[in-house]
Amino acid sequence: MEAQLELLKVEALAKIEAASDVKSLNDVRVAYLGKKGPITDLLKGMGKLPAEERPKIGALVNVIRESVTEILEDRMAKLEELAINEQLEKESIDVTLPGRPARTGNHHPLTRVVEEIEDFFISMGYEIAEGPEVEKDYYNFEALNLPKGHPARDMQDSFYISEDILLRTHTSPVQARTMEAKGGAPIKIICPGKVYRRDSDDATHSHQFTQIEGLVIGEDIRMSDLKGTLSLFAKKMFGDEREIRLRPSFFPFTEPSVEMDISCFKCGGDGCNVCKKTGWIEILGAGMVHPNVLKMAGYDPAVVSGFAFGMGPERIAMLKYGVEDIRHFYTNDVRFVSQFHRTEA
Amino acid sequence: MLVSTKWLSEYVNIEGIAVADLAEKITRSGIEVDSIIDRSHDMTNVVVGYVVECVKHPEADKLNICQVDVGEETTQIICGASNVAAGQKVIVARPGAVLPGGMKIKKAKLRGEESNGMICSLQELAIEGKLVPKAYAEGIYVLPESAVPGSDALPLLGLDDQVLEFDLTPNRSDALSMIGVAYEVGAILSQGIQLPEITYTASNEKAEDMLKLRIDAKEDNPMYVAKVVKNVKVEASPLWLQNRLMAAGVRPHNNVVDITNFVLMEYGQPLHAFDYDRLETGEIAVRLAEQGEKITTLDDAERTLEAHQLVITNGKEPVAIAGVMGGLNTEVHDGTTTVVIESAYFAPGSVRRTSRELGLRSDASTRFEKGVDPNRVEAAAERAAQLMAEIAGGEVLAGSVIVDELDKTPVRITVSPDYINNRLGMKIPLEEMLAILDGLQIPTEAVNGKLIIDAPTRRQDLRIQEDIIEEIARMYGYDLIPMTLPVTESTPGGLSPYQSKRRTVRAFLEGAGLYQALTYSLTSKEQAQSYALETAPVTELLMPMSEDRSILRQSLIPHLLEAATYNVARRMESVALYETGSVFLGEQEDGLPQEVEHVAAVITGKWVDHAWQAETKSVDFFVLKGIVEGMMDSLGLVEGLSFEQTVLDGMHPGRTANIFQNGKRIGLIGQIHPTEQKKRDLKNTYVMEMNLAKILAIETDELLYVPVPRFPSSSRDIALVVSSGTSAGMLRDVIRSAGGKLLKDVRLFDLYEGDNVEEGKKSLAFSLTYADPERTLTDEEVVKAHGKVLNALTTEAGALLRG
Ligand SMILES: [Zn+2]
Repeated sequence: MEAQLELLKVEALAKIEAASDVKSLNDVRVAYLGKKGPITDLLKGMGKLPAEERPKIGALVNVIRESVTEILEDRMAKLEELAINEQLEKESIDVTLPGRPARTGNHHPLTRVVEEIEDFFISMGYEIAEGPEVEKDYYNFEALNLPKGHPARDMQDSFYISEDILLRTHTSPVQARTMEAKGGAPIKIICPGKVYRRDSDDATHSHQFTQIEGLVIGEDIRMSDLKGTLSLFAKKMFGDEREIRLRPSFFPFTEPSVEMDISCFKCGGDGCNVCKKTGWIEILGAGMVHPNVLKMAGYDPAVVSGFAFGMGPERIAMLKYGVEDIRHFYTNDVRFVSQFHRTEA
Repeated sequence: MLVSTKWLSEYVNIEGIAVADLAEKITRSGIEVDSIIDRSHDMTNVVVGYVVECVKHPEADKLNICQVDVGEETTQIICGASNVAAGQKVIVARPGAVLPGGMKIKKAKLRGEESNGMICSLQELAIEGKLVPKAYAEGIYVLPESAVPGSDALPLLGLDDQVLEFDLTPNRSDALSMIGVAYEVGAILSQGIQLPEITYTASNEKAEDMLKLRIDAKEDNPMYVAKVVKNVKVEASPLWLQNRLMAAGVRPHNNVVDITNFVLMEYGQPLHAFDYDRLETGEIAVRLAEQGEKITTLDDAERTLEAHQLVITNGKEPVAIAGVMGGLNTEVHDGTTTVVIESAYFAPGSVRRTSRELGLRSDASTRFEKGVDPNRVEAAAERAAQLMAEIAGGEVLAGSVIVDELDKTPVRITVSPDYINNRLGMKIPLEEMLAILDGLQIPTEAVNGKLIIDAPTRRQDLRIQEDIIEEIARMYGYDLIPMTLPVTESTPGGLSPYQSKRRTVRAFLEGAGLYQALTYSLTSKEQAQSYALETAPVTELLMPMSEDRSILRQSLIPHLLEAATYNVARRMESVALYETGSVFLGEQEDGLPQEVEHVAAVITGKWVDHAWQAETKSVDFFVLKGIVEGMMDSLGLVEGLSFEQTVLDGMHPGRTANIFQNGKRIGLIGQIHPTEQKKRDLKNTYVMEMNLAKILAIETDELLYVPVPRFPSSSRDIALVVSSGTSAGMLRDVIRSAGGKLLKDVRLFDLYEGDNVEEGKKSLAFSLTYADPERTLTDEEVVKAHGKVLNALTTEAGALLRG
C-alpha cells in the first residue's frame, strides 16, 4: 500500500512536470486529485485495511495528497504566468507610433497679450471698458483736448465717415465716454480695442491695429501713483527684474506726458539688437490727465486728478515673441497663429 | 531737427561733454535724440590739394591727369570729374584714406598712368547729393582759394562735427532753432547761453523812404518787418556758412538766400528775400488772394490761389504765398543789388491750411504752423541785415518798415509749490523749483508762497499750471519720483458678465479645435454684405485708401473665407478658424452705425486626420453644428436651440440652416455654395455666423445640481421607416412630446437609405431611455409610455414601425 502510494506520487509528479499548459495541468489535477482519481480510490479502499493501520495510511495519503496539490498549484501558477506573458507579448505595441492628435485651437497672439494685460489690471481692481469703433469726432478728438484745427488731428491720418464721424484713431474715446458717464465718480478702467489710421500696410504699419489704455481718476491721484502702477505692470508682463524709466513726451490729452521704457528683457540692459544697443525698450505712453479733458467730462481739475497710459499690443507681441512684421497678425496664417498655444514660465 | 554740436557750441559751452552723454541728458529731460551722426565718419588722410597742372589722359577721353600739390609733395592723381581744372583748391583723399562707405584709397594705375589718391566730391565724403551746392552737384568740390595745401580738409568743411537728430514732439517748436536748443541745453547743463550780438553800421538812407508797406489782413498777418539792403553782391556764401547749412540739412544757394536760411535755423524765424528792383513798385502789400489768382512759385510751378490764402503782393500782383513759398518773379538772382528782407508773423492756422492745400511744406511753413516767437521777428530781420552787410557787402538802410499789432505779452501762470508736489507725489523744495525755472530762463517770482511765472514767448507750450509741473518734473528728473499706488476706494474690478461669457465662448471654440483669427473691419463694396446675417445701410469711408478697404463689413464670413483660401493656397489644407468682432449696421439716432458683435467660424479640409489608424474624416455640416451646439451648451443655452433648413445667397441650398434660440433667429450655418467654393479655390467649406451680442445678452438661470439617478432606467429601441423628406428633428419632437415625463433621453443611432428600403423612404432607429428619479419603473409603466410613443409616431409622423 505504501509502495503503491509512493508510485502514485512519482507518477503524478511526472505528469505535472509534463503538463505544458493550464488545460493539461487541469487534466492532471482531475486525474489524480479528482473524485474519481486514484487517491480517492485509495481512500475509499481504506475500509479494507486493518483498523490499526488505518490512521497511519490515512496520514500518509493526506501527506501525499497535500504535497502533490502543492506542487501542482505551484506549477499551475507558473503556467498561468507563462500564459499571461504570452498574451502580453502578443499585445505589445510600437509606442513610437504617432498618437491620435487631440484637436485644439488657441487665442490669437494679440488676444493673448490683451488678456494678460487685462488680467493684471483686473487683479488691481480695474474694470474693462469698451466702446464703439466708429466714433464721433467729439469723443475721438475734441473731448481729448484736440480741438478742430489742432495739428495732431490731421484729416489725412484718419478714416472719416462724415465730417463729424470717423473710425476711432485710438481707444481714448472710451475714456472720454466713461468719464462723461461716471458723472464725477472715481474711475479705474482698462480700454482694449481695435483702432484705425490712414497708413499703408507694411512691415511696421497697419491701417487697423489694436490699443489698450488705462485710466484712473480720483482725488489726489499723483504721478508717483502712475509710476508705481506701471512699474508693477512691467514686472508682471516682462519679468521681475525689469526696471522702468520715464522720459518726457507729449500727448494732447495728458500733461505732464511721458514715455515709459523698460530695461531690455533680452540683454538685461547691456545692449542688444532688440533694444537697439540702448538697454531700454520703449513700451508705452502715459501722463497725468490734462485739466481740459477733466473739465470737458465734468470733473473739477482743482479737486480731481488722474493718470492715463496706453500701449500697442502689436508692439508688445512683436517684442515678446520676436515677430518682425506686423502683417502677420492680420494674415491669419495657421502656421503663425497656431504657435501661440503654450504657456510660458 | 538736425543740431550740429559744432554750431551749438557758439551759443552754449558744451566742451568736455561726450556727445553721447549730451544726447542722453537731452533725451532724459525732454527732447528725444533719435541718433547721433558723426559727420567725420572717422575719415583720415583727407587733405587740401592744389591742382598745379591738369591734362587729358592720352588713353581715355574722360580722365584727366592732374599734378596736385598736397603740401608735402606734388603728386599725380587721375581724376574723372569733368569740372577739374588747374588752379583749383580741391579735396584730396591720400593713399591710406578710408572714405565713408568703406572705400579704401590706394595707389593705382589707370590706363597706364599712376594715380596717388583721389580728388573728391562732397558726396564721396557722405554729404547727401541734395545738399551739395548745384555748381558742384555733378563733379568734384572746389575749395576757396585761401585753403592751404596739405592741411586737413575735414575742419575746413565742418566735418569734424557730430550732429544730433532730434525727434521733436509737436509742443516743442521752441527747439526748431539753434537758439531754442541752446536755452534747453543751457538749462540741462546749468549754465547761461550766449546770444548773437547784432551790430552793423546802417546807412543814412532810411528804409521807409524806399519801401511802402501795407497789411490788409492783420488777423492772418499781425506783424511784418521789412528791411532794405542796397549794393549787395550776390555770390556763393563763405565756406563756414555753407558748412552750417549742410550740417542742418539745407542746400546752399547764394549768400543772400543762405543768410535767410541761416537765420531761419538760428532764430527759428523764417525770412524771405525779395529783389527790390523786381518788385518794381517799391511797395509790399499783404492781403488775401483773389479767388483764382495765379502765382508762379520759386519751384517754377504755377499755383492757383483761393480767396482765404494770404499773399504778399507788390501792390498789384502776388510776389509770394505768405509763409509758404516766394514767387519766381521777385527771386534774388546773380544780378540782384537791392534786397528786401521780410520777417513776419503769419498766423499758424492760415499757413497750415495754405501749405496743406497747395501740398507745399517747407522749413518755413512748418515753423509758422507752430507759431514763431513774436519777440524774435524783428531781431531775426536785424540779424539777417547784419550778415548781409558782413558777407554780401550790403549797405543796410536805416530802420525797418514795420506794421506791428502782434500781442507779445507773456502768459502769466500762478501755481503753488504744494499743488506741484501733490500732483507729482513729491516734496521738491521751493528753492529747487525756482532754480529749475531760472535755469530754463523762465521769469518767476515767489509771492506769498506762490510761483508767479511769465512764460517766455519762445515757449508757446507753457500755458497752464500743469505745463509748469512738467517743466519742474522733467528738469528735476522723473527718476526721482517715488513709486506709489493710487489710494482710492477699493473696487473689486473684473469682467462684466458679457465680457466673461465672451471669454467662455472663445475658450470653448478653441477647445473644440478652432484657431482665433483677426481680420480687417474694412472691406470692399462687393463683400460688405455677402453672407450677412442681417443687412442694413452700409457705412462708407469718405476717402478710402483703396476700394478693398472702403466700407465697413456687415459679415465676418468673407474675410474668414479669404483667410481659408490663403492657408489652402499654402498647402495648409485643413483650416479651422473663428473670429469675434463687430459688424456695422445702418445708422442709429446719434449718427453712428449700430455695432453688433458677431462670432463666426470657417472649417475646411480634414476634421480628423489620423491616417495610420484609418481614422480620417473630412469636415461636414454636423461637425460645425456640433460645435455650435457645444458652444451654446457652454452658455446654458442649448435648450430651445433649433436649426431650420433655408436657402441663402452664396450657400449650398440643401446644406444651410438658420439657427434659432427660443424662436429668435440668432445665426446661420451651412456649406459655401460649390460654385463659390470653386471661385475661392476651396474644397467643401462650412461656415457659421451668430449674433454674439444677442446670445450673450440672454440671462441664464443659476447652475443647480440635478441629483444623479438612484434607480435604474429602462431602454427601448425603435426602428421606423418614413418618407425621405421627414426630418429627424420632427420625429424627435414627436417622440419627446408623446413620451411624457418618464422619457429622459432620445438618441438617434441609425440612419439608412438605399437597398432594402423602399425608394423615397428612409429608415431611422432611435434609442429611448425611461426613468423615474424616485423609484424603479415597472415593466407595465414602461410599456405604457412606450406605446404612446409608437402610436404617436404612426399617427402623427406617418412612420412605419419595423420589427
Ligand atoms: Zn537689449
